[in-house]
Amino acid sequence: MTDRVAEIEHKLRAALQPLKLEIEDESHKHAGHAGARESGGGHFNVTIVSAAFTGQGLLQRHRLVYDALGDTMRREIHALSIRALSPEEA
Amino acid sequence: MNVQDKIRQQVESNDIVLYMKGTPQFPQCGFSGRATQLLQACGAKFATVDVLADPEVREGIKQYGNWPTIPQLYIKGQLIGGSDVMMDLYQKGELQKLVAEAQGTSKTS
Repeated sequence: MTDRVAEIEHKLRAALQPLKLEIEDESHKHAGHAGARESGGGHFNVTIVSAAFTGQGLLQRHRLVYDALGDTMRREIHALSIRALSPEEA
Repeated sequence: MNVQDKIRQQVESNDIVLYMKGTPQFPQCGFSGRATQLLQACGAKFATVDVLADPEVREGIKQYGNWPTIPQLYIKGQLIGGSDVMMDLYQKGELQKLVAEAQGTSKTS
């Protein structure tokens, strides 16, 4: 479980050079519900502050996060809540 | 018709369509439930596609909009986002506007 957090952290740091990054693993709250058994079952909350988000709309910010996570997103993550802020907004 | 064509037809023939797990009455995932509630709070009339009922669409929709998660909201053929994006737009009053515009332009009365 902490491996997954480390993997997410590593990928986000590499791709987006965040000024701030918080990852909460909420998987335990959702263990057992129908959708969670497939696709790794991980539920995570991510708060990330990065200059990459400056001037980007919300859709684009989420895309940057998803793209950074690549196949971790498809393999390990069932649900991801994202708060993506530019440095000016944080 | 392949699955990408099928999805294109769905998003183009409905002004507002939500791809979700389950139905508005019985959402099978908290995020899908929240997305439904946000649309209802905007007074939206919307179509839904239950991806759990169609494994092809479930995979295909992720490629269609290059977006890896479900739910996904499409308005006038455009991907708006998932439930986080919807919540944010709703709090800014923008989701209400998008819904009103989509419905306003399609009204025949």
